[in-house]
Amino acid sequence: MQTILEGKAYVLGDNVDTDQIIPAEYLTYNPAIPAEYKMFGKFALCGVPKDAAGLPKGHVPFHEGAEEFVSPYKIVVGGKNFGCGSSREHAPIALAAAGISCVIAEFYARIFYRNCINGAYLVPVECPTRLIDTICTGDELRVDLAKGELLNKTTGDSWRLNSLGEITPIIEAGGVFAYAKSVGMLKG
Amino acid sequence: MPSPMTLTEQVLAKAAGRDAVAPGDNIWVNVDVLMTHDVCGPGTIGIFKKHFGQDAKVWDREKVVIIPDHYIFTKDAMANRNVDVLRAFAKEQNLPYFYDVGSEHYKGVCHIALPEEGHTRPGEVLLGTDSHTCTAGAFGEFATGIGNTDAGFVMGTGKTWLKVPQTMRFVFHGEMPPYLMAKDLILAVIGDIGVDGATYRAMEFDGDGVYALNIEERMTLCNMAIEAGGKNGIIAADQVTIDFVNNRGKKSGNKPFTVFKPQAGAKTIFEKVYDVTKMEPTIAKPHSPDNKAKVSEVKGTKLDRAYIGSCTGGKITDFKAAAGILKGKEVRIDTFVVPATTEVARGLDTETIGGVSLRNIFLNAGAKIGDASCAACLGGPSDTFGRLNTPISCISTTNRNFPGRMGHKEAKVFLASPLTVAASALSGVISDPRELVV
Repeated sequence: MQTILEGKAYVLGDNVDTDQIIPAEYLTYNPAIPAEYKMFGKFALCGVPKDAAGLPKGHVPFHEGAEEFVSPYKIVVGGKNFGCGSSREHAPIALAAAGISCVIAEFYARIFYRNCINGAYLVPVECPTRLIDTICTGDELRVDLAKGELLNKTTGDSWRLNSLGEITPIIEAGGVFAYAKSVGMLKG
Repeated sequence: MPSPMTLTEQVLAKAAGRDAVAPGDNIWVNVDVLMTHDVCGPGTIGIFKKHFGQDAKVWDREKVVIIPDHYIFTKDAMANRNVDVLRAFAKEQNLPYFYDVGSEHYKGVCHIALPEEGHTRPGEVLLGTDSHTCTAGAFGEFATGIGNTDAGFVMGTGKTWLKVPQTMRFVFHGEMPPYLMAKDLILAVIGDIGVDGATYRAMEFDGDGVYALNIEERMTLCNMAIEAGGKNGIIAADQVTIDFVNNRGKKSGNKPFTVFKPQAGAKTIFEKVYDVTKMEPTIAKPHSPDNKAKVSEVKGTKLDRAYIGSCTGGKITDFKAAAGILKGKEVRIDTFVVPATTEVARGLDTETIGGVSLRNIFLNAGAKIGDASCAACLGGPSDTFGRLNTPISCISTTNRNFPGRMGHKEAKVFLASPLTVAASALSGVISDPRELVV
């Protein structure tokens, strides 16, 4: 597992639901097919209302151009209840396909959290501090998962992150299938 | 003696083969039914084959239920391709419970099709690749939504790991007034606790007000547990449940089941008691299911469209309620009616009010009736029946109104009961059904 994650922040609000992360009209792509997988990156976060896209100001496109599959932003910062709504695994897939390595939120909706970990798409980190009022879209962040620290390299601020706890071995193994094989639950 | 357990804990203990479980326990459970559909089925099958092999067989062909329902009546080639993936898999695995599009077995919305076809039983664990799988908690079972990777794992092993949730109790007392429906109750609950108020928790519904509801209304209550972030919603099975399950079980082999009752003294972390006689028609304003208002507070708000359908608002009980208001009158705004399943669609012809079929009541009122499916509840391809392709205002019996849920991300969606939606369709503005229901 990569324990240092760095890159530009893209800041969103509370209750970012899965229809904002990847609208239902794009769920016809099959993520199991590589050529279609990358389309999820193209349409990731296209459902976010413009005034909430890239806080604090909003109206910040997640991609540099309409035809880009990958975003220049690497870390999404959210508020409460990130990933609420549907069970679609396409949501963490879309963020990962766009190049997001990590989401930092106050807490997550249950199914989204589980999907992130099971598929090892990205690391869902919780921070007890509300970050969306202090971190700005475009700030350079550095997440140290081993130490549980978040540094805003642009401003010099730093915060403690919650421990990943019991799910650490699943993340370290690279998802629930790899974990199940590593502990002998499934035949390797 | 183990400590008293909540309904959810009793079901999970049985599934884990233990005498007792407690909130916070991580347990492995045996899954009784795995359901998937056209949106998440292809991804699930891909993960299953990647990890278990191209020639792998599902763990139990009697326990995998595949119900295409989301993007059915569309020209979208990708959507149709996804149904082909399900079709090929069902054939290859020789699955007995595949409700194929275009066949006499086609059903429509999975959460309504599951009980109709006898796949919901008290005391069981039902997992589905759809967040509204929690609907089946109405049958006294543990039912929750999962992602493709979880589902792929279950498909190969029949097992999954779960953390036993804490339980919140919602108790309803009193006789339901004729102008209220289960949708009003659950919108009130979600408004009270918020869209994250039950995150990671079980929502147990109890009280004489709940047991007086028919099975469809109980499904509406449990369906929206996820809109409060709940892991599951659950209602103890009573004779109404048992009669329904015994009758429908004939279609799926009459499997035995276990009825659990709430145990006195079971620890819960929250309880709220509602007197239904004092509740009012309730609505969720844009853009969140917890943006609660009394209908009386927002009446007169201008609307462009009314939509009656979905797992939470497209059952026969919902259409009877709406038709009772629309009978002999004409709608003033575009009104879309979408039966959840083909069985509900047939019910539109066989159920009558004053000698007129529900279908004719809707058609005479000027409503458009679509084919059984999820349709515009979640937007979908641009040619989906009833989809909000422009930023209009819609009042809907569906269950979720985050931005873009029904199509255009600037469209405004108000969630309400079928009675409130029908009353509003007649006037073109949000209207209180109490003025029309005697």
